[in-house]
Amino acid sequence: MRRDQQTGLSVHGAHGVYGVRGMSDTQASTAIAQTVQRALAAHADRPGALLPILHAIQHELGWVPREVVPAVATALNLSRAEIAGVISFYHDFRSEPPGRTLVKLCRAEACQAMGADALAAHVKARLGIDFHQTRADGAVTLEPVYCLGNCACAPAVTINGRMYGRVDTAGFDRLVGGSES
Amino acid sequence: MSVTIYVPRDASARSVGADEVAVALAEQAARRGVELRIIRNGSRGMLWLEPLIEVVTAAGRIAYGPVSVADVPSLFDAGLGDGAAHPLCHGPTEQIPYFAKQQRLTFARVGVIDPVSLVDYEAHEGLRGLRAALACSPAEIVQAVLDSGLRGRGGAAFPTGIKWKTVLDTPATQKYVVCNADEGDSGTFSDRMVMEGDPFVLIEGMIIAGLAVGATQGYIYLRSEYPDAAAVLDEAIAVAQQAGVLGPDVLGSGRRFDLEVRIGAGSYVCGEETALLESLEGKRGIVRYRPPMPAVAGLWGKPTAVNNVVTLASVPIILDRGAAHYRNWGAGRSHGTLAFQLAGNLARGGLVERAFGVTLRELLYDYGGGSATGRPLRAVQVGGPLGAFVPASDFDLPLDYEAFIAKGAIVGHGGIVAFDDTVDMAKMARYAMEFCAIESCGKCTPCRIGATRGVEVIDRLLAGDRPRLQLAVLRDLCDTMENASLCALGGMTPYPVKSALEHFPGDFGITDAATTTSPGPGRP
Repeated sequence: MRRDQQTGLSVHGAHGVYGVRGMSDTQASTAIAQTVQRALAAHADRPGALLPILHAIQHELGWVPREVVPAVATALNLSRAEIAGVISFYHDFRSEPPGRTLVKLCRAEACQAMGADALAAHVKARLGIDFHQTRADGAVTLEPVYCLGNCACAPAVTINGRMYGRVDTAGFDRLVGGSES
Repeated sequence: MSVTIYVPRDASARSVGADEVAVALAEQAARRGVELRIIRNGSRGMLWLEPLIEVVTAAGRIAYGPVSVADVPSLFDAGLGDGAAHPLCHGPTEQIPYFAKQQRLTFARVGVIDPVSLVDYEAHEGLRGLRAALACSPAEIVQAVLDSGLRGRGGAAFPTGIKWKTVLDTPATQKYVVCNADEGDSGTFSDRMVMEGDPFVLIEGMIIAGLAVGATQGYIYLRSEYPDAAAVLDEAIAVAQQAGVLGPDVLGSGRRFDLEVRIGAGSYVCGEETALLESLEGKRGIVRYRPPMPAVAGLWGKPTAVNNVVTLASVPIILDRGAAHYRNWGAGRSHGTLAFQLAGNLARGGLVERAFGVTLRELLYDYGGGSATGRPLRAVQVGGPLGAFVPASDFDLPLDYEAFIAKGAIVGHGGIVAFDDTVDMAKMARYAMEFCAIESCGKCTPCRIGATRGVEVIDRLLAGDRPRLQLAVLRDLCDTMENASLCALGGMTPYPVKSALEHFPGDFGITDAATTTSPGPGRP
């Protein structure tokens, strides 16, 4: 188990957003193939392996490229349609690479009661994108999330997997700083 | 001089700076030559005070909060190590009224112990329920849970003992215990707090469930939005395996129980138990037809006990102290305690474990301190996105499963989201339909199509387009969804919609007369 040196806490999958940017197409597709092989080697023999495999792929790449479908289908003896169906069913699995910074904003009731709608309007204006969009320069992706379990410290936001509570508009601006540019 | 300070590792506390405070405390202590031991505990549940740190003194644990990094030097100046006075000091933690007035059974250790220390767990009555269970036959364990009156804390309130008896009585070569940790309802975080603050109690409860029903494998299906809970559970499971609590020979009994955490993928409907099982099997989270019930044919077609986190975490104390001890708490047919979660627009949000029968007013005002904004509270939503809105005129309603059902509402998971008088209830009703449309698994028509039509008809109503007709259509649609949906997502989305309409017709731009008399045929 990996531990954060400063806080002494174990570090779990932070749903990394380390894509394959900066690589050539060939390098990228080799990297993707290696990722798939690692995920299959680690999980393919487990019962109900598909979600763990897809999580492992997304954890490494930040998204689940379409081209992983055939290899996963073959390994699990499922049809490609079944794999694609699972990827599209779950909100977590991304079929496009995310921006370098991934912002998730809670839209659920407890956060709404503390001004999440106004915060959402501010965040969209500040980032220049709507929910489910990645800015053209690849700097930032904005996604809605429906409850982070931080309902007594609302509104809640995650930035690259790290959660923040009691976030107002000024607080959001401080958190993103220059990271979205 | 040596000082011990507790700094929560709870995700809520971390979201408001607990990690940074822990680092600042360590730095400041080093600078002053103070020998400091930091223990990362769960949260005490007084979330408005987070980060709430506790200093161990001869007079007990002294609370300070909410502490920011900037406060740390002045805390040391004041004599933090001796529990000295400071503007952020609240005195002994367990004497803070919010905490002192609670009845903590399931959450007895949460915030008290180091969550991943099995030694600490055992020193606080941990594993006593499991040891008692190992001396019982499966039927005796099931009977104890039946006798305790424990009902599913995930929302459906089905008697846990009856579910377990069905699994026990269904012969099979393999059975499973599945913990539903897909706590997706807004306003609920008690599952998260148990998993992050006292994971061993969940592990112990699952092993007891396994002994009761004859299952040797357990799965915790955990929502992906809870990475901190995943980290704590993984760590605790590894410790439990190492100590022989989990594995082939549970506490030297010769009985086997293995446990694994599986992470969901952001689907709300996977909190529905059959969709959850599909997801565990690696498929789309599509709701199954019932019967067969999961207790008869669940995971991979095998008999499966599917229980919520708090339900399973309530089992050890029942086995330890006896069914009667647990049963004697509560009101009517709602036995025991519920961990209420005060969320949304409240001055003092947090977790309050109380016996059933406490009123909304006590929770919202005595504990919650009224709204955070200082404006009057107008409505609360109890039991998540599928729960009804309760207007201020009904705040004297006791929290009891049957009392709520009689009002067309639900207690559900005990999550309470408060709204002040600026809330637009028509917008909330529209949101309920929109959320259902986003999260519908798509298997049944009333939910898949109905939710989308629901958004459209509310939009037309709010636009003033033939309001009486829209109202009739909306009521008809709610009726169809409620009675013809396959699961609670479609079946209960009408609850918030209908309660908003009933109690706040003005927000929909309609007169009282229009809401009470539905137009007959040919009277749009």
